[in-house]
Amino acid sequence: MRFLHAELVKLRTLPGTVWLLLAVVALTVAVGSITAAAVACPASGCGLDPARAILSGIDLSQAVVAILAVLAISAEYSTGMIRVTLTAMPRRIAVLMAKAAVLTGLVLAAGTVGVLASVLAGRRTLPATSPAPYSLANGADLRAAAGSVLYLALIGLLALGTATAVRDSAASIGVVLGLLYLFPVIASAAGPDWSRHLQQIGPMSAGLDIQATTGLRSLPLSPWAGLGVLAAWAAAALLAGGLLLRWRDA
Amino acid sequence: MTPTLYRPGVQAGPDGFAQLLRAEWVKFRSVRGWVIAMIVAVLAIIALGLGPSMTGTCGKNGPASGCAGPLGPGGEQVTDSFYFVHRPLAANGEITVRVTSLTGQIPTISGTGMRTGLMPWAKAGIIIKASTRQGSAYAAMMVTGGHGVRMQYDYTGDLPGLAGSVSAASPRWLRLTRSGGTLTGYDSANGTRWTRVGTVTLAGLARTVPGGLFATSPQYAQTSAGLSSVSGGPSRATGVFGQLSLRGGWSGGGWAGSAIGAPGGPAAGSPGGFAQAAGRLTVTGTGDIAPSVSGASGNGVTIAQTLIGVFAGLIVIVVVAVMFMTSEYRRGLIRVTLAATPRRGRVLAAKAVVLGAVTFAAGLVASAVVVTLGQTVLRNHGVYVWPVTALAEVRVIAGTAAVLAVAAVIALATATVLRRSAAAVASVIVVIVLPYLLTVAVPILPLGPADWLARASPAAGFAVQQTLIQYPQVSNVYAPSAGYWPLAPWAGFAVLCAWAAVALAVATYLLRKRDA
Repeated sequence: MRFLHAELVKLRTLPGTVWLLLAVVALTVAVGSITAAAVACPASGCGLDPARAILSGIDLSQAVVAILAVLAISAEYSTGMIRVTLTAMPRRIAVLMAKAAVLTGLVLAAGTVGVLASVLAGRRTLPATSPAPYSLANGADLRAAAGSVLYLALIGLLALGTATAVRDSAASIGVVLGLLYLFPVIASAAGPDWSRHLQQIGPMSAGLDIQATTGLRSLPLSPWAGLGVLAAWAAAALLAGGLLLRWRDA
Repeated sequence: MTPTLYRPGVQAGPDGFAQLLRAEWVKFRSVRGWVIAMIVAVLAIIALGLGPSMTGTCGKNGPASGCAGPLGPGGEQVTDSFYFVHRPLAANGEITVRVTSLTGQIPTISGTGMRTGLMPWAKAGIIIKASTRQGSAYAAMMVTGGHGVRMQYDYTGDLPGLAGSVSAASPRWLRLTRSGGTLTGYDSANGTRWTRVGTVTLAGLARTVPGGLFATSPQYAQTSAGLSSVSGGPSRATGVFGQLSLRGGWSGGGWAGSAIGAPGGPAAGSPGGFAQAAGRLTVTGTGDIAPSVSGASGNGVTIAQTLIGVFAGLIVIVVVAVMFMTSEYRRGLIRVTLAATPRRGRVLAAKAVVLGAVTFAAGLVASAVVVTLGQTVLRNHGVYVWPVTALAEVRVIAGTAAVLAVAAVIALATATVLRRSAAAVASVIVVIVLPYLLTVAVPILPLGPADWLARASPAAGFAVQQTLIQYPQVSNVYAPSAGYWPLAPWAGFAVLCAWAAVALAVATYLLRKRDA
């Protein structure tokens, strides 16, 4: 418990934490409602997924979550604070777990606010010609919204694990955003088979399958399996980060 | 002004911009990690570009399976398929006809059947063509589904005539006269008052050439939900002609019908046909007489396909560029740097020049290798690569290197403004890579915001990689995801440079104003 408190104080007092959390909320809502407002469906039919449009702000706000997660650990390395932390709390894995818990809590809170506000704003801006109204009473729509919040939390854990392993903040954020954005970019230039595989293993493309509410059959992975792929990435990153934190000198 | 030295015996060192550049270059090359990262960036671009992840069947099953279409008189790829009702024309002559109807059929939404509908560029009219070979020179007067009367020639030429659509109540008269190699098109709404639409000279017309009536209708493509994903199929157009009159060297025999460029196989559908009854000629055809386009209504990839690894290289370069500035702050070196060069704007300028030059050189090597070799790899794997001129290829290679260099400068300026590595790296990657991702790679955005991002975001710079030409007389989804950017190559690059200029201006201002 004291670990959690210590990590919360450290993260709270970092310059920028509050701003980054606010940015997560603001960017999620802004991008989502602009996209939803721009959806133009011809009368003949519309293949657009309303959930994807409303929740498209996640594509951008995940980068802010990644910054927050990277700073949570690399700020300690750049100031030398990590040596104080590890002297006071020699159980290094527990330190990382405490950081992960605090970070997850903050991201879940900001993500929930952002996603709920996006849903409220998006429902107003989504044109009436949209194929189906978006409603949290609908199971798939609820899964898309709740899954997006979990997605952000998992991105935070992936970034925390990566930054613990890499330590330098610029390099860590480069690695995290590379993992997120490069898979779909490269998949777009690959042949159909490769493209499908890349979309199945890429943490962003697989994880965002959780937002799909239409055309589920043509998805490379089912929504929860996709989020599972991202969870596996996050677990692997945390494991690598934890082991390196334990083995290396700080 | 000579500086006053506290030790008179020591000469003042040279302090020009060249020395500043040298100092920054030494700082850059003395960090082994940055040099290695630059090499990694080059290797990543090459490896991802040469990795044969795409395969096709073009040229794989003998010479006839090549995917290259016919070439037009100007050497460009063309589509040339239509139903041609023709007879020989020796030397000079004239053909006049009245068109009373143009109707069409397009695929149903499910794609299994046909429904009534007319493509805007469905065409029916009169044509004089060098031969029945695909890609040969021609001039034609036609009515279209949605663009009025046109005179078109040699695939890329397009001149407007009378506006409005054709019907029995509002027929159109068309006339085409040949005089040697010169063809002149006229149109009329009543058959008595004629307007000249245009005169063109076709190269290499034989004395006797085929001429007559034609109909064709291009590939139907629908964008679902205003998104850039498309579906479709072939469409058909039927023109009804009457009051046909021929003058000059037309042969006296009857009309012959040919489906020019009709695709073979059972799946191809009817190539069209013609019928004569009571002074009326009805011609039905499918295809198009136009320059070829990539994307929805075409196939193949462009040489930009080989440059996909640029995004991996870009991320590495952005990290290095940000560190080039933030590491000075972290180590306190910035205070030494600024004490040595109190004119802070020049420090930033020197860093930008060194970083830009290093990145440009690295990017040039990587993109030159990957564009030249990558095309061969793709072709060997049976993928059709759109041919480009040597000049366009040089522009794509140098332009890509320049985009990387300018992106590095943006990263440097952002790092100067933010002074935080993580925030700077993330901001730059988000403003350059994310717009590309959302408009080109995974087009989940509606067309409106996608078009706006492709014009105004720094990702507009990737327009420098486009090699396809947009033709107003060919309907297509001209979206970035199909290789068509809303801005011209260098205009897109200028947008990226404008972002760099703004970032540098803000960075210079803040570097001067703030304590280091």
